[in-house]
Amino acid sequence: MLVLSRKKDESIMIGDQIELKILSVDGEQVKLGIVAPKDVKVYRSEVYESIQQQNKESLNISKSLLEQLSKKNI
Amino acid sequence: MKIDTKFLGEMNIEENEVIQFPNGIPGFEKIKKFVILPLESESPFAILQSIEQTEVGFVIALPFVFKKDYEFDLSDEDKEELKITDSEDLITYSILTLKEPFNSSTINLQAPVIINHKQKIAKQLVLQYSSSNPLCYPIEGGMS
Repeated sequence: MLVLSRKKDESIMIGDQIELKILSVDGEQVKLGIVAPKDVKVYRSEVYESIQQQNKESLNISKSLLEQLSKKNI
Repeated sequence: MKIDTKFLGEMNIEENEVIQFPNGIPGFEKIKKFVILPLESESPFAILQSIEQTEVGFVIALPFVFKKDYEFDLSDEDKEELKITDSEDLITYSILTLKEPFNSSTINLQAPVIINHKQKIAKQLVLQYSSSNPLCYPIEGGMS
């Protein structure tokens, strides 16, 4: 992992189109500004991780649950 | 072609039924080919089955059945990625997480599976969290 130190109002570039700027630092909280092309998805990593986790959990389907499902109607 | 399925045994599917997920789905990024198998006739549920890995089979359903006012924005980039020219070509499913007791099962409204059924391209969107599209929306209430 590349580690860089930055101060408030300084930024780093990732490639030539993505800029990450430190907007403020308050104790443990860092506020970042992100400038990126529209097709680059930006989200908090825990959002993506929670969906990965949920998908994995969704694969645990017992026979009994499936049988209950097939009896259900809307 | 013949495939092994997680719940329905060996099945014969047509090549043109295969749906490509170019980026896989979160947690299973390397699995890119799926088919949708109806569970039973008249069932609102179906199986999203990987044709590459038998154990990867999800129970899916139309989210609007469980939340009538469910909506989300599809960005231009997503439309481009899915090669959507006509919104009629789109179909939205959500993945269910089944639990015992059955009534505690949930449906994932934060990451809908969007399929261009004409081009057979799909992706699971990752929406920003909002109270109207929770990751674990209870299915109880929409069911009889």
